[in-house]
Amino acid sequence: MMLLCLIIVPLAGGLAALAAARWSDRAARATALAATVAQLALACVVWAVGGGLTLGAGGAAMNVDWTWIPGLGIRFALFVDGLSLLLVLLTALLGVQCVLASWRSIQERVGFFHFNILAALAGVTGVFLARDLFLFYVFWEMMLIPLYFLIRIWGHQRRLYASLKFFIFTQAGGLFLLLGILGLHFVHAANTGESTFDYLRLLGGHMPLQWAMPLMIAFLISFAVKLPVVPVHTWLPDAHTEAPTAGSVQLAGLVLKAGGYGMLRMAVPLFPAAAVQVAPVAMALGVVGIIYGALLALGQRDLKRLVAYSSISHMGFVMLGIFAWNDLAIHGAIIIMLAHGLTTGAMFILVGLLDERLHTRDLGKLGGLWALMPRMGGAAMVLVMGSLGLPGLAGFVGELLVLLGTFKVSVPLAAAGAAGLVLSVIYSLRIMQETFHGPRVTESKLPDLTPREWVIMATLIAGILWMGLWPQRFLDTSQPAVKKLQESAVALTEARR
Amino acid sequence: MNAADVQAMLPLIVTAAAAVAVMLAIAIRRSHRACAVLAALGLAAAIGLLPVAAAAAPREISSMLMIDRFALYYIGLVLAGSLAVVMISQPYFVAVGRGGDLMPEEYYVLVLLAASGAGVLAASSHFASFLLGLEILSVSLFAMIAYRRDQAAALEAGIKYLLLAGVSSAMLVFGMALVYAARGTMHLTQLAHGGAGVLMFAGMAAMTVGIGFKLAVVPFQFWTPDVYQGSSAPVAALVATVSKGAIFALLVRYFWQMGSGTAFPGGDGATGWNANATGGPVFWTFAVIAVASMFAGNLLALQQDNVKRILAYSSIAHMGYLLVAFLAAGRLAAQAVGIYLAAYFVAKIGAFAVVAAMSNSEGETQQVRDYRGLAWRRPWLAAAMTAMLLSLAGLPLTAGFVGKFYVVAAGAGRGLWTLAVILIINSAVGLFYYLRVISEMFRPAWETDASPQAAGPDLPRVAWPTAAALCVLSAALVAIGVYPQPLLAVIGLLP
Repeated sequence: MMLLCLIIVPLAGGLAALAAARWSDRAARATALAATVAQLALACVVWAVGGGLTLGAGGAAMNVDWTWIPGLGIRFALFVDGLSLLLVLLTALLGVQCVLASWRSIQERVGFFHFNILAALAGVTGVFLARDLFLFYVFWEMMLIPLYFLIRIWGHQRRLYASLKFFIFTQAGGLFLLLGILGLHFVHAANTGESTFDYLRLLGGHMPLQWAMPLMIAFLISFAVKLPVVPVHTWLPDAHTEAPTAGSVQLAGLVLKAGGYGMLRMAVPLFPAAAVQVAPVAMALGVVGIIYGALLALGQRDLKRLVAYSSISHMGFVMLGIFAWNDLAIHGAIIIMLAHGLTTGAMFILVGLLDERLHTRDLGKLGGLWALMPRMGGAAMVLVMGSLGLPGLAGFVGELLVLLGTFKVSVPLAAAGAAGLVLSVIYSLRIMQETFHGPRVTESKLPDLTPREWVIMATLIAGILWMGLWPQRFLDTSQPAVKKLQESAVALTEARR
Repeated sequence: MNAADVQAMLPLIVTAAAAVAVMLAIAIRRSHRACAVLAALGLAAAIGLLPVAAAAAPREISSMLMIDRFALYYIGLVLAGSLAVVMISQPYFVAVGRGGDLMPEEYYVLVLLAASGAGVLAASSHFASFLLGLEILSVSLFAMIAYRRDQAAALEAGIKYLLLAGVSSAMLVFGMALVYAARGTMHLTQLAHGGAGVLMFAGMAAMTVGIGFKLAVVPFQFWTPDVYQGSSAPVAALVATVSKGAIFALLVRYFWQMGSGTAFPGGDGATGWNANATGGPVFWTFAVIAVASMFAGNLLALQQDNVKRILAYSSIAHMGYLLVAFLAAGRLAAQAVGIYLAAYFVAKIGAFAVVAAMSNSEGETQQVRDYRGLAWRRPWLAAAMTAMLLSLAGLPLTAGFVGKFYVVAAGAGRGLWTLAVILIINSAVGLFYYLRVISEMFRPAWETDASPQAAGPDLPRVAWPTAAALCVLSAALVAIGVYPQPLLAVIGLLP
């Protein structure tokens, strides 16, 4: 029941915000804020109770399992484990930041804007909690429409193009997921006579390799578009750049994580034998993403686009870690997903703040801002260091773990991945240099961080520091889940040998 | 004919009687409103009598009609669709007829006749009733399509439909004659017995052409966009749903009985329906038609600037999707066809209802650019249109998704992976043109626009019957999408 509330609270909040907007914009914002804070509080309660750290634990108070479409064995079933929980926490936290970050910058159609923000949050949360694959698919698609509207209506200059591209790419990817899910269902039904979409039932099923391979690829295509993996990444720079700040935060912080979550939860454990065969290619693609994203980030003049390309680079590490598939690497991938959510989310908010003040994101037109806005400069410094992987901050922990894990599997790939880190130092420092240092571009006074903006930055930076200095709390949470994932995958591969 | 026969046929009888009643009412006094109310009441009464008829089902009536659950389900769909069309027609004709000498009263007679023709088709178990139902339906459609005789486009569309429907009927009759020559019977249940000779093959081919014209599948689709564009929006809704749905129901029944060689309720998916088909010439014919319809419909829709033409091409693609389920055959496919058609009816009529609601005496708002910013001027209308288009695109939480899911599941379950993949690819293509309309509707007011059309034409008020129809359709759309079980339970009882 708790899990259902995690989805219903933002959804109901979104509808309430839509209604409240008839009264006043402020009421709509307040309603949305209340809903996101409530969701965050709920997620923290689930974390603190700790009843849901392994799948299915926590009983009816936590989980939901209702008949939905019995004819095909479809159930409305939710579950949670450490992996899902961490991502839900991230979702809820970024949800609050999205509302706060839009407080000033969004003045048009405030009610509908917040409805979209909260509906997307509900969809992402649902993806992380769904136990039934049909339900998973429904949530997977459900988050697209609000995000489409966010980009389409409140986006920047090329919003029409970016929104369409985003929608077509992710929806086309999603359709492959649909095929994969149906294929899995029917192969399972043919093997066992059981008609089900339940993840836990499908997990143990035996699957001949000639079926596992195409189905795995169908799943992978869909997740790779979301993550994104080069070469299906091209929607990302456009969508992230053109979206309003809150939309960028949701895309980078949450939508990409859904792709990583899908790979971790579905693609590898459901088809372990096929995953073993695909792994070298997938890891290579991960490394390509790391290098390619970083190189393109180097060449950008638009600050937002730079951050977008750096996302591709970071997600390359996630791909690398997932397909290295050992304890260290998986934990590393999870930490990177969380760290990237916080860091890049904060980065996009920072870019949004600069844009609000200077009406430009062009690196050539920025410079010397530290003297004008020292507090914002300080915050930016921490974020940039977090992004380039300075020890003591969140990103470092994840990248180190992934590289250590990869080293055990393939030394060349680990080395190539590490080379990507050097590039990330260059592009990250360039952000700092060209924005906050160098000759001043303006003599007029600019307002430094307001209290509201302080709250946003402080929360996110606190999270980054926490994960960097004491990651054990997070690793403890995900440990049982990772162990379970590995067991199911390993047992199956062993059994087949 | 005894009392039970009459009981089983009550919905059809009431519909036909309502047509007569409206005609008499016109003779007494011309009143647009009275005619519309009478037609709506007649259809509602017929829908209300469905459970009564179901109590007597299954019942074969004089070897012409087979009233079973299957027939009653599709009769119900047809009647509900017609009722929705009547509800959107009355305000539409009030709006567009202002200042003209258009007399809309007889229109309702035609709607009721079309509904009874479609109902007969859905229940037909004999070539004679097949032809009879088809002609009642087609002849009413000729008149309805050309009903706005002040419009050149409507007359052109009417003539076009008249000619092509005439040719297709001729092909159909010719095909029936050949099949009769081969088998010596016109009864659907008895057609299955006997070998496949040249005559039978030629007859089937000719009948396929006839049915293909009615379903507007490639390569028989050429009339569709012009007819949709030229006819009034409510009539286009009727052509897109009621006429095609009834034919599709007949197609399923025909092949099911052909394949199984037994009476309909006994046909089991595993053996029946397409026992003669998988890999055979009939299968390949329909597979090629399905693939061609999906691609042609979606790719041509991409190039359209007219909402009605987009909806026309999208209906071609949808018939292609449906044929995938038809080819899959079996129990799951029968359910897929049932739920897909229901979802298609709701979304298609809903979309045309929005087009109708935006029409005034100056004409219909057909161009995509006329929908610019609709979401800010008429939020509810835009929300309804968005829901309808998303359902046609097959996005989750709408009825269209459940339908598409069942169709793909039916195809995948039978191992028709190529067709399933093609369907998926086409769904992605289809998104593009649905999104274009949605994107225009949600185009922000602050987006600079130099064209004088920026503000768009004056929007009429949405009259309550249209609003009510849209509310019910939207509610049904979401209800089926979120919790399809009640509908699936009904469909599950069919075979």
